Amino acid sequence: MADLSCKIAGIDSLNPFWLASAPPTDKKYNVVRAFQAGWGGVVWKTLGIDPPVVNVSSRYGAHHDQNRRLLGINNIELISDRPLALNLQEIRECRAEWPDHVIIGSMMAPIEERAWKDLAQQIAESGVHGLELNLGCPHGMCERGMGSAIGQVPEMVEQVTRWVKEAVDIPVFTKLTPNITNILWSAEAALKGGADAVSLINTVNSIISVDLDQMVPEPVVDGKGTHGGYCGSAVKPIALNMVAEIARAPETRALEISGIGGITTWKDAAEFMALGSNAVQVCTAAMIYGFRVVDDLVDGMSQWMDDQGYTSVDQFTRKAVPQVANWNELNMNFDTKAVIDPDKCIECGRCHIACEDTSHQAIAMNAKPEGGKEFVVIDEECVGCNLCYHICPVPDCITMEPVKTDKPYMTWPQHPLNPMRDAAE
Amino acid sequence: MTTQQAKPALQSGQMSAGAIADNFTDLHPPFSTLQAMAESNRCLYCYDAPCVTACPTSIDIPSFIRKISTGNPDGAAKTILSANIMGGTCARACPTEVLCEQACVRNVAEDEAVEIGSLQRYAVDHLMARNLPHPFKRAAATGKKIAVIGAGPAGLSCAHRAAMLGHDVTVFEAKPKPGGLNEYGLAAYKMTNDFAQREVEFLLGIGGITIEYGKALGRNIALGDIKASFDAVFVGVGLGATNNLGLAGEAASGVDDAIDFIEELRQASDKSTMPVGNSVVVIGGGNTAIDAAVQAKRLGADEVTLVYRRGPENMSATEFEQELAKINGVIVRYWAKPVEIKANGRLMGMVFEKTALDDSGKLVGTGETFEIKTDQVLKAIGQKIKTDDLAGMEISGGKIVVDDTYQTTAPGIFAGGDCIKSGEDLTVQSVEDGKCAAIAMDAFLKTA
Repeated sequence: MADLSCKIAGIDSLNPFWLASAPPTDKKYNVVRAFQAGWGGVVWKTLGIDPPVVNVSSRYGAHHDQNRRLLGINNIELISDRPLALNLQEIRECRAEWPDHVIIGSMMAPIEERAWKDLAQQIAESGVHGLELNLGCPHGMCERGMGSAIGQVPEMVEQVTRWVKEAVDIPVFTKLTPNITNILWSAEAALKGGADAVSLINTVNSIISVDLDQMVPEPVVDGKGTHGGYCGSAVKPIALNMVAEIARAPETRALEISGIGGITTWKDAAEFMALGSNAVQVCTAAMIYGFRVVDDLVDGMSQWMDDQGYTSVDQFTRKAVPQVANWNELNMNFDTKAVIDPDKCIECGRCHIACEDTSHQAIAMNAKPEGGKEFVVIDEECVGCNLCYHICPVPDCITMEPVKTDKPYMTWPQHPLNPMRDAAE
Repeated sequence: MTTQQAKPALQSGQMSAGAIADNFTDLHPPFSTLQAMAESNRCLYCYDAPCVTACPTSIDIPSFIRKISTGNPDGAAKTILSANIMGGTCARACPTEVLCEQACVRNVAEDEAVEIGSLQRYAVDHLMARNLPHPFKRAAATGKKIAVIGAGPAGLSCAHRAAMLGHDVTVFEAKPKPGGLNEYGLAAYKMTNDFAQREVEFLLGIGGITIEYGKALGRNIALGDIKASFDAVFVGVGLGATNNLGLAGEAASGVDDAIDFIEELRQASDKSTMPVGNSVVVIGGGNTAIDAAVQAKRLGADEVTLVYRRGPENMSATEFEQELAKINGVIVRYWAKPVEIKANGRLMGMVFEKTALDDSGKLVGTGETFEIKTDQVLKAIGQKIKTDDLAGMEISGGKIVVDDTYQTTAPGIFAGGDCIKSGEDLTVQSVEDGKCAAIAMDAFLKTA
């Protein structure tokens, strides 16, 4: 079995799977159960300055698919609503009882130097391996000038990170909000402030649904609703892009990354790591199924590593980053065509109607003499968009096959049809 | 159309070889990837799941199904095999409709369980097809020697777990091939493509297990001798004898034990060479009776009648198996018991007396009889333990007595499988017995 141990921000972890700062890491009881289940570490639910916040009742909304599987959750819960001293005492106990497991203290405070420094020192003294600065919470706390209210202003991200780095000598993770226009600005600010790593993404600002009987956004709190933080597998693509952007930008690529955002399976985790994450954090999958989801994360990743011949996680960490390019660097002469395997086709007709109505009219639907239908790709019309390949319900029935060509690699800046074509080419 | 001609009894080839071959392909064809993905996504990944409780080997079913759904079928297979090294056979042969699938929570709302058996087969077949190194490692050698008597599911499961725990194992098997009822007893359409042998080969991949064939208790080995040369012994001899009808003429040609018929059929590489009667009568109400009746029909017997002395609700064959008999054209007659064999050197017919329950609930003959003309009777009225060679241990109610660590009343001799009274006489229960006995023997050897 492959070695899953990893290192991030100088912290050694048994495996790259940590629970993110959220309800699953609210107290010792949960954290002990998580370690028993096999999680390598936890980021403790965000600690603030006493008195603790007070939460409302009715806190989560849900985005289901038609089979009532949860694709995403949004929440309007605030940070830890337990006294700071109690949390710190429990952290101390967990550190003593689980010395090989990582505990990171998540924290937030108003934009005042003393507040950040005092809180950071108190948490550091509890023995945590590192601190994570919650600059991302997009609901409730931002109305009090915290969370994303700080994370959306790069200068404040830098300032807060610097304050904490000045106050403590343990690794600092700056947690970034996706509710911005360009993730690189806040990532760069964190780097300038001295962050050892960035954690991303925090939840996406959202209204998840509306109760049409009450005419109130969900979750409903006594006749009213508010926007909340969206998480779960639905946000994974947003997170993957932001992780990759930071990992490949010259200004930010030095940052280590704790990847977060809808990680549900081992494959999701491997993708985050291939695109630049040194380790990952999970929340929603555990909230849906319990801490035991780590079993598949560990087992599936090591099985895959064995199959691929990887013996340690650093052998594939960031391995896909060099292949993330700007659109302008793609080969305009690449051509791929859909191929439909008639033996696998179940004649549902969806490839045809999708292509006919919304793409390039490149899949003919013909009646077969013996009865039934056949679906045939018209190569001259197929632009290789992949739509049919993605919507086909049968695995490997539609494949995309690159067309052999002698044409050279040609980017858009080099393309003869580009009116802005570089004269020097 | 060819003219129907009277045939002499017990001929082979009552159907074309091609038709017979078709009749003995997989009863439940294996899942395609598409089916496995769709079905695995029906699983709710329950916590403290009832399907796990219902499985005699306690396979972590929700976890293995989740691994299939996340694209990790080999990890799923390891989850299965860590609890049940014969997960491949159990996926094919388990009466899942009364075990895991009966407990599936999907039954409650939708009346449609997740097809756990087929998913299990998908995962295990996926792993076995890859010919990877054996997935389990042996613990450091203990220097202890364990003897296992019988290379059936209980014995092999015990041997595998004992080898895994670091012991060296010698298995003594009476027959020329390993597998026990997996090889000789299950219906051919449940165990296609020589699966029993492939599974044994896979299981032996753990190392540290030697099998000696042609070694039978009482014939050329004795329990006392074995006990003297090993640190512990596991007896997994199954049920070696069959019950008789107790009627005159039972030795007539054409009156056979159903298990012998099933065994001969399993061993026939070309099923079309297997002789079968024109009019076959099967007596019994268990899964063996169904296996014999359905296979006789699928071999081309004109008429197969299954006769059982009580009603359908009393049959030990599951509802699925009873249904299988009916859709294969087996005539089922309830509430009748055999009273006379009509034979003239060769079997001619069988007389049955109708039965009923009297006021006290006792099964009695009504006096009314009927005769079925038959040229082959297959008896499936139960098996029993051969006690002659098991001197020194207590046997009660036809089963070897064991304590809760599977130890018999003879110290250092453990037992499991059909020869003890644990759960049902099923492959899966035997695998569990063998596994648990190996763990108990390991503990025994550490304290001995």
